[in-house]
Amino acid sequence: MRHAPLPPDALDATDRALINRLQDGVAIVASPYAALGDEMGLSEDEVLSRIERLRGIGALTRFGPFIDAAALGGAFCLCAMQVPDERFDAVVTLVNAHDEVAHNYQRIHRLNMWFVLACETEAGITRAADAIEAESGITVHRFPKLKEFFIGFRVSA
Amino acid sequence: MKLDETDRRILTATQGGLPLAPRPFAVVGSWIGLDEDEVLARVAAMQDRGVIRRVAAAPNHYALGLSMNGMSVWDLADDMAETLGARVGALAFVSHCYLRPRALPDWPYNLFAMIHGRSRDEVEGHRAEIAAILGAACRQSDVLYSKRILKKTGMRLRKEASRCSA
Repeated sequence: MRHAPLPPDALDATDRALINRLQDGVAIVASPYAALGDEMGLSEDEVLSRIERLRGIGALTRFGPFIDAAALGGAFCLCAMQVPDERFDAVVTLVNAHDEVAHNYQRIHRLNMWFVLACETEAGITRAADAIEAESGITVHRFPKLKEFFIGFRVSA
Repeated sequence: MKLDETDRRILTATQGGLPLAPRPFAVVGSWIGLDEDEVLARVAAMQDRGVIRRVAAAPNHYALGLSMNGMSVWDLADDMAETLGARVGALAFVSHCYLRPRALPDWPYNLFAMIHGRSRDEVEGHRAEIAAILGAACRQSDVLYSKRILKKTGMRLRKEASRCSA
């Protein structure tokens, strides 16, 4: 994934509008790009070539179906631990060795390790968190999501 | 919610993305031996059931110049949390916003909102905007900056239904 910012002139106003519009999702119809083009006043070809370019330059990380793991019968849980500095690297190795750990971030806080467990069942989450707790001897705080709010993120136009 | 084998093949085939072709669902069908109508009907049904949230793009915050992010956390009065959480989640600079349980006494915060900005100053400015919206309903808050990515693997759907190892 691209980490460097794009040059300021890399995106024009139409690209920005398209990035914002694409986050809401396309219609599930035979010709979704033509439908999107009609809505935005662009040809189907232009929609396709712009998305291709936005993907190519790394402005978009992904374009496709977003799957709700919970709806698949899976489960996610954000977890946090307070890891002593001198044990940090060893605990990283121990935590990351679990396949259920999808992301893991070091954050600047007393609770300095934050990871997401992804599993097919709630019971799997509990087992993985309990196992990490037992192996490390450190409490694994569990923060399952109770409610998710509308994703409102927008690129300034 | 159970997916049948055909649904699972469609999801697996599109994990790399929806084809950029005028009839993308026909292309997906050609990969897995289904006709376009069946792929469309199944994708629409999965979206109705909430298995697919949407067929959409994810922006790359780094490429867009928003290289700084802070996980802001807020201790909101429980009776106000849903109403105020919805307002925070709708802000343009917030990408993810969740209510989560507290872990007292270590962790008093129940609202998590990921803030994006071009710099730490910009993130702090956004944080002040959220504080102004929350007002007295917020008893305390903090923001956690990431220091290092320790692991990042995208969500990957297995080809076959399988149990979670533990």
